[in-house]
Amino acid sequence: MGSDAKYLRLFVIISLVFFYLPALLLPIFAFNESQVIAFPIGGFSLRWFKALLLETTLHQALGNSLYIAVVSSILGTFLGVLTARAYSRYDFSGKKASLSFILTPLVIPELIIGVALLIVLIQLGLPLNLYTVILGHTLLIMPFSTLVMMSAFNNLDRSIEEASLDLGETSIGTFRRIILPMVSPGLIASFIIGFTISLDEFMIAFFLSGTQPTLPVYIWAQFRFPVKLPGVMALGTLLILFSLLLLSLSEYFRRQILKSKITEVI
Amino acid sequence: MIETSINNGKAWRLLGGPFAFAMLLLVAPLLLMLTLSFWTQDYLTLDKTFTLNNYKEAFTEPIYLMLFKRSLFIALSVTFLTLLIAFPIAYYISFYGGKKKTLWIFLITIPFWTSYLLRMFLWKVILGYNGVFNSFLSWLELIKEPLTAILYNANAVIIALTHGWAPFAILPIFVSLEKIDRSILEASRDLGDGPIQQFFRVILPLSIPGVVAASLIVFIPTIGEYITPKLVGGTDGLMIANMIQVQFSKANNAPLGAALSVSSLIIVTVISLIFVFANRHFLRKY
Repeated sequence: MGSDAKYLRLFVIISLVFFYLPALLLPIFAFNESQVIAFPIGGFSLRWFKALLLETTLHQALGNSLYIAVVSSILGTFLGVLTARAYSRYDFSGKKASLSFILTPLVIPELIIGVALLIVLIQLGLPLNLYTVILGHTLLIMPFSTLVMMSAFNNLDRSIEEASLDLGETSIGTFRRIILPMVSPGLIASFIIGFTISLDEFMIAFFLSGTQPTLPVYIWAQFRFPVKLPGVMALGTLLILFSLLLLSLSEYFRRQILKSKITEVI
Repeated sequence: MIETSINNGKAWRLLGGPFAFAMLLLVAPLLLMLTLSFWTQDYLTLDKTFTLNNYKEAFTEPIYLMLFKRSLFIALSVTFLTLLIAFPIAYYISFYGGKKKTLWIFLITIPFWTSYLLRMFLWKVILGYNGVFNSFLSWLELIKEPLTAILYNANAVIIALTHGWAPFAILPIFVSLEKIDRSILEASRDLGDGPIQQFFRVILPLSIPGVVAASLIVFIPTIGEYITPKLVGGTDGLMIANMIQVQFSKANNAPLGAALSVSSLIIVTVISLIFVFANRHFLRKY
């Protein structure tokens, strides 16, 4: 058994190198003085980071992306809360079928969702802008949020809700004052997941953003210009740092959910 | 007592909004796409008489047939390769991870928090003529001329996508391995199974649900992949998604684009159902 584990371990480590390879290249080229994205690399330089400060189209794209990510993750989480609450609290006819329906966006390639929405907007003669992207992203986030919130609601102790109702609180009041605060770690986790999905989503934004690019659509456009590539590498490096920050935050809130579950048991 | 009894009214009052939203933004657009695929477009005017010509074109023109076949080939290869990489990793973490399982999972997921676009673009940097891989090989003096066979073809797309989706395959397999009751393994050992027999007769069968979930998670998005073939595929590695996008923009033939989209969706659904039913059949056998 011992030698089996050794070979397996070697395989895992080689795979990890394969996994990390592209991400490790980002900072190497971001701090590289040379204009060309190839080896051998030149000296250390911060010029590409400084250049980012002057890119006004980038700033607009970032602004658009942040706005879309915030609004669609709030909307997606709101829809997810409604759905998850219905599924974890009630039994009703069509429960299983309707849950699969709500989760369908997970199993349809994003290209198809983008194309289908584009067809509708064109047929209705509606303009493409940030709001059309928000609609698409909300659709994409809703199923993820539903899954996160279902686990948060399922961890709740029913007797607390019962107590609140017995003490004369209305069911809406109970939901607002007791249940929502108790699932707030889940809400924040759902929000962060939605935010990350929206911020990284390219396909739907590519079809629906019109003349207001999101960050990935902006990056995609830069790929055509070799001069812009070192700047894209610098931007990518900053994005990794930002993602790691979000990842740590969501991990922190996930632990909070687990903790609240443990105190319940005690 | 709070009832978990049948409560249609209350449940559907909560579900009404999300349902209406999904109907309006998913079902209605897909139905319109289906309708559009039976129409024809001549420059800017849409001819709304029913015709199957778009589907005839999609399934007889060699270019579309080839793109469908290639997309299927790439997606299935990527699914197979990711499983091949993901299973041993999930197995190692689950059985030898000890107390550091969460740390391992964390280590594996970190690099994938980089923008998907950038990761795929970096494969172009790695596999390119002056790329990382070629300069590494010539530094080792293994090659005299840079290899050109690794960029701008289907292989490059398969490598990049395998990298992109492997961690998503690891997680469901890991979860299914974690669910295996360790006392069953003890029992099989006590009853005389060696490590290899135990793996094929106990562990592998019990992990099949995770493997099927992993296959679907990888297969569905990769068959509709647009970014990777466009970046590293060249002309020999383009997939059906790239053709669909062209129909909606340059070619200005939305109905044909819609027919290609509907066809892709049908292919995805059929293959996913095969995966799912194979899983059910398999579970019944055990």
